[in-house]
Amino acid sequence: MSKETIANATPSRTPGLFGGEAIDCDVHIAVPSMNVLVPYLDDYWREAVETRGLERHKMNVTGQPPNAPIFARPDWRPSQGEPGTDLATLQLRALDAFGTRFAILNCMYGAQALHHEDMSAALCGAVNEWIAREWLDRDPRLRASIVLPIQNPDNCVKEIEKRAGDKRFVQVLLPAMGEMTLGRRYYWPIYEACERHGLPVGVHAGSTYRFAPASTGWPSYAFEDYVVQAGGFENQLLSLVAEGVFAKYPALKVVFMESGFAWLPPFLWRANKTWRGVRAETPWVKQDPAIIIREHVRVTLQPVDAPVDGGKLERVIEQIGSDDMLLFSTDFPHWHFEGLDALPDSLSPALKKKILLENPLATYSRLRDSAPKEIRQ
Amino acid sequence: MNVNVPLPKQETPAEQGLSIVDCDIHPAPKSVEELFPFMAKRWQEHLKTYGSHVRQGLADALAHPRMTPDVARVDAWPDDGSTPGSDPEFMRRHHLDANGVEYGILIPLGRSGSHQRNLDYGTALCSAVNDWQIQKYCEFDKRIRASITVAQEDPAAAVAEINKRAKEKRFVQVMIPPRAVEPLGKRRYWPIFEAAVANKLPIGLHLGGMGGHPSTGSGMGSYYIEEHTSNVQTMQSLITSLVIEGVFEEFPSLKILLIEGGFAWEPALNWRLDKHWQRFKSEVPHLKRAPSEYVREHIRFTTQPIDEPDNPRDLRHIIDWVGVDRLFFSTDYPHWDFDDPRYALNNAGLSVAEKKQIMSGNAKAFYGLQ
Repeated sequence: MSKETIANATPSRTPGLFGGEAIDCDVHIAVPSMNVLVPYLDDYWREAVETRGLERHKMNVTGQPPNAPIFARPDWRPSQGEPGTDLATLQLRALDAFGTRFAILNCMYGAQALHHEDMSAALCGAVNEWIAREWLDRDPRLRASIVLPIQNPDNCVKEIEKRAGDKRFVQVLLPAMGEMTLGRRYYWPIYEACERHGLPVGVHAGSTYRFAPASTGWPSYAFEDYVVQAGGFENQLLSLVAEGVFAKYPALKVVFMESGFAWLPPFLWRANKTWRGVRAETPWVKQDPAIIIREHVRVTLQPVDAPVDGGKLERVIEQIGSDDMLLFSTDFPHWHFEGLDALPDSLSPALKKKILLENPLATYSRLRDSAPKEIRQ
Repeated sequence: MNVNVPLPKQETPAEQGLSIVDCDIHPAPKSVEELFPFMAKRWQEHLKTYGSHVRQGLADALAHPRMTPDVARVDAWPDDGSTPGSDPEFMRRHHLDANGVEYGILIPLGRSGSHQRNLDYGTALCSAVNDWQIQKYCEFDKRIRASITVAQEDPAAAVAEINKRAKEKRFVQVMIPPRAVEPLGKRRYWPIFEAAVANKLPIGLHLGGMGGHPSTGSGMGSYYIEEHTSNVQTMQSLITSLVIEGVFEEFPSLKILLIEGGFAWEPALNWRLDKHWQRFKSEVPHLKRAPSEYVREHIRFTTQPIDEPDNPRDLRHIIDWVGVDRLFFSTDYPHWDFDDPRYALNNAGLSVAEKKQIMSGNAKAFYGLQ
């Protein structure tokens, strides 16, 4: 993608499907090559890229083969390059078509899976700078998640402090599965910084594969890896509650992205029931886990993993017991629906409005601050 | 649950004309020496000398201590103070008679040969546990049925054990743990499924196992609530593996019962599998039908611990989605999270006929109990 392509891509003035009354909370961009990061690396790492040939080191993440059908809708592929690497395509297909007020960019980059924590910190820092310069600067509708070098919480906090002044970064980004369950106190400095800066903790489907993606071991197929992500989210949700993260950081919000949500009701029932039996072990958990989760945790809409017809989706949402938890997303350029059918028709108009706009604004304080007054109230 | 709240007097299932097939009863040896008559001298010595050699830090205990001694109901201790589940006479009085159990299926967990890294020792232990169930429990009470435990990491030995036991009709299923070294749909385990099918035995998978993988994709949780709940996700990934690997295409008559893993999550898993199959079809061309069709045809669930949504109507909806014909009652006796047959299904809005089906009819048909 040349600089000219980006510069010439002016946002459409058509209102799109939602006429600006939508916030897309999960849109993917991809680093086309490490070469684009080199300008944002310091001298040591620039030299390392050159002498070690790091740009030849593929950074695709295992959980998301970029050519698998689910990860790139045919009509959302750019004419050249990998899905999610072209601003003009994203503007046309994700922003203009849906009439998106803001879209939150999530860049799932392989640096989070490296073992060298300083290399990860350098590359994640460069990715964030690249996002600011090459994406956020070029379209006022774009917002982004801060890619965190999750190998080391101190490095994460440094990166948060470095980006927090740029209000276009609206949350931090962690993979759903990593070296430790996310509730562990090891990670609490990250949550302290996030709470202080009004940054929700975005947890996106994916794994650094430090362990098999499920307790049953290593599956054969990418299909299995994708399905069992839901279980990974369930485990992380209970970890965050059981360790007391929300008791310690009462203003913290956690957003699960590309997680699905049909698994939530039975998970909430099971968490409540088990907590009643064994709560003596975690005395800092003072309420039903479901109550804590409904207050602190949000989930993005796509993929909608309940059938949208036959009343099942409505039943699932009723069982979740809250209209506040779902946040609109297209998961662009991933392929979960056809045309513009991102928001199931069967939802009530009031709930649609909450999902599209009100819930995202309530979740992301930084979007509230920069939203035009007419959509803020 | 062992909470000392006085319960309202209610008719027992027997008084209500219901009988129970309890698909999850845990026996226990009073001491490991109970198994010695069923083990070769060489393995007795091995046990005494080297003990358990497993894929976790504690050799003889789980690494998340439970909230009650021996994970048991506080009232399940036999009069002589021996381990809950270890005294058949007490079990008969305290559970089988008191709760109107018509048949009870043994699920032996402690001293499991399935977990052993030394495969020959694991096989010897499994075989001893199998003899011990028959001698100690089935001979004592004709209502009790046993499970053939096998060392699944040595499929050839597991097959030999299944073939050896199959003619003893008091064995009603093959038992393997959901957490093995690899996902159980992998082809290395197919000989076990083949032997089960050949002997017309279902496979029961009770939560647990020591496959060496942490209980989440992000390592171990800190607390028992996390470990306890993670067994649900284990069951989900187990189904995912069995279906996607094509086990049910290969073994169309294979029957599976998932024990103590819950069931309320099954509809959501089916929806997820079916939805994403649309995109991943080209990766798994061996699947000829939607994943949920395999699940619904081949996989059944025990009920304990029964889910307790705030709104009981939600439980009814879930049961409708799963299907009354796929749920088998279980108590988990003598464990702390025991489901009392007098109360467990009362909030589900079931008709008497549906309740009877779940309490006993489904299991009788599944296991061929007369």
